[in-house]
Amino acid sequence: MSLQASFWNNLDQVFVLLQHWIAGYFPVGLQSAVGTILAVVGILATFPGIFALTTVLERKGLGRIQNRLGPNRVGPLGILQPVADGIKSLTKEDIVPLSADAAVHFLAPVVLVVAVFLGYAVLPVGRNMVLMNMDAGLLFFFAIGASTELSIFMAGWSSRNKYSLLGAMRAVAQMISYEVPLLLSSVVAVMITGSLSTVKIVEAQSGFTGIFPHWYVFTPWGFAGFVLFVIAALAETNRSPFDLPEGESELVAGYFTEYSGFKFALFFLGEYLGMFSIAGFAITLFLGGWGAPLSVLGFVPSWVWFFLKLLAAIAFFIWLRGTLPRLRQDQLMNFAWKFMLPMTLLNLLVAGAWRFLGDGWLRWVVCSAVLLAAYVLLGRVLMRHQNLGARSYRYAD
Amino acid sequence: MTPLAAFLIVAALVFAIGLAISLTRRNAILVLIGIELMLNAANLNLIAFWRFGPHSSGHGDGLTGMMFAIFSIAVAAAEAAVGLGLVITYHRHAKTTDLDAMTRMKG
Amino acid sequence: MIFGFSIAFLLTAALTVAGALAAALLKNLVHCALSLTVTFAGLALLYLQLDAQFAGFAQILVYIGAVAILVVFAILLTRGAGIAEYRGFSSSWLLGLSIAAATFALLGWAVIKSLPAETEASAAPAVTVQSIGAALMSSYVLPLEIVAVLLTVALIGAVIVAMPEPRTRKSGAESGGGQ
Repeated sequence: MSLQASFWNNLDQVFVLLQHWIAGYFPVGLQSAVGTILAVVGILATFPGIFALTTVLERKGLGRIQNRLGPNRVGPLGILQPVADGIKSLTKEDIVPLSADAAVHFLAPVVLVVAVFLGYAVLPVGRNMVLMNMDAGLLFFFAIGASTELSIFMAGWSSRNKYSLLGAMRAVAQMISYEVPLLLSSVVAVMITGSLSTVKIVEAQSGFTGIFPHWYVFTPWGFAGFVLFVIAALAETNRSPFDLPEGESELVAGYFTEYSGFKFALFFLGEYLGMFSIAGFAITLFLGGWGAPLSVLGFVPSWVWFFLKLLAAIAFFIWLRGTLPRLRQDQLMNFAWKFMLPMTLLNLLVAGAWRFLGDGWLRWVVCSAVLLAAYVLLGRVLMRHQNLGARSYRYAD
Repeated sequence: MTPLAAFLIVAALVFAIGLAISLTRRNAILVLIGIELMLNAANLNLIAFWRFGPHSSGHGDGLTGMMFAIFSIAVAAAEAAVGLGLVITYHRHAKTTDLDAMTRMKG
Repeated sequence: MIFGFSIAFLLTAALTVAGALAAALLKNLVHCALSLTVTFAGLALLYLQLDAQFAGFAQILVYIGAVAILVVFAILLTRGAGIAEYRGFSSSWLLGLSIAAATFALLGWAVIKSLPAETEASAAPAVTVQSIGAALMSSYVLPLEIVAVLLTVALIGAVIVAMPEPRTRKSGAESGGGQ
């Protein structure tokens, strides 16, 4: 291998080589344990770091969308805002209401953060860079995601506050409803790959025809699956436009209401980390994971591509938060059960047809036509009683 | 590898505790919780025997124990849903979930 | 290795049994439901130690992600969140406890009697998700379809049973009319 190629290869595997080098200092029996611990430390360092960056990006981004400046006092352009936020949340007084259930109140954020961190174990961040290459990795991730609903309920119930309880019930109902489209829309990627292992799904998308990659998002069923997965992911993480459970203008802060100081920071951290891990899975399932978008760019390290795609996804989520209005609870539920569920089931059929129609232009035409027709028909049928007028714009002067 | 007997004893213990819950507590929902514990203990038994038993590739491809447990999980979830629906309906009718007060069938 | 058992097994077994005991003894209903969740988690870990990965993840997904939430919602909807107005244990608790203890004694005796002291495990079965899928589509396709029908029936039945009765017109019949 030429010197230049081996340089890029080493850069690609730099973290793996670092892990092996440090583990080499330990006796043979302990080496795998040390390697795992180093990988865990890596995860614990990276994703909260991205969380800190996202808080600044989000507030500045939302600010610009809403025609105002975001935070700009701390550090140049407000970059050091997370430091100030961290100091504030660590030093604020921790208030627990007298009638609250102290044990459950304390455990709820802990359960959330632990469950969310566990989900990162099967996320392939780069070539050979996954903490646990499990045969049923995707199932593990969704199982852990289902456990976060329980912590939200614990938070809402233990506060003995009607706003908290209402917010928690709404959040759990929303998360359960969107769990089904989330799983079904990811099943198409599993179907075509033939494995539940995240590493194999990424590797199946790492081929190129010409210079274009084999990402699943560039196929009709993959595109539909990606869109449905992202919508369900937004709802699962209680993110705008599905953030009714924590709607600031309605429920005070929903199930967060009675939390202050460090516990609130833990909830915040858990929510954002959940958003990152589900965005990471959307990237893994549909956007080719750590693969390069053009074959000529294959020399750039794999983890660079993954984090670039993750940042793009985060920017997209921030954009959506600033732009779309919030959905009402009944609109949410209708959307999940009446639109997303039929679309995901149809997507499964289309993916099966894709496999069996053989290679060629026919399968592109058939699959795209079926999905487009279903989308238009379902949309028209569900909106037939809504007499929406023409759109009008009001600009701030 | 932990011996089979250890897993079976744990399963028997959980089963006995589930049985105790169903027999001694007064709240209808706790009875259902006890039933779920008993079902789980039976699942643990199934999987323990599957793991320690022969894995012939006869009928069922040597997966019989685990398949039984998976189907049992699905059926138990369905049964929990129906049972809790019944408890909710009774509560709406009699305003209590006290089993010792549910002594009459007349509405 | 204590007494020949691994630390992992001892901890998980202790967690499971502690969760079950807490569900039996706690007064607050929501605490009972949450300790039931801990028991489910402990059992999932035991399945993972038995190399049944799929069953372990299915246990977490179905039991912790759905059944526990169902139980908690049912507790909330029947207003069990406060202190119950009646005592937690029924008047015949001693009889129930002795029946449970007798059951455990019988099962424990059967286990110890019938198994040799050291059963060696056969080699870990080569179970992949693909083999489970193939089995579900070939040998177990009939149970799969029956479970699908069962779940649909249970879903519809639970919704109908728990639906609030529609207001009957005032025709003099009270509770007899709404069934």
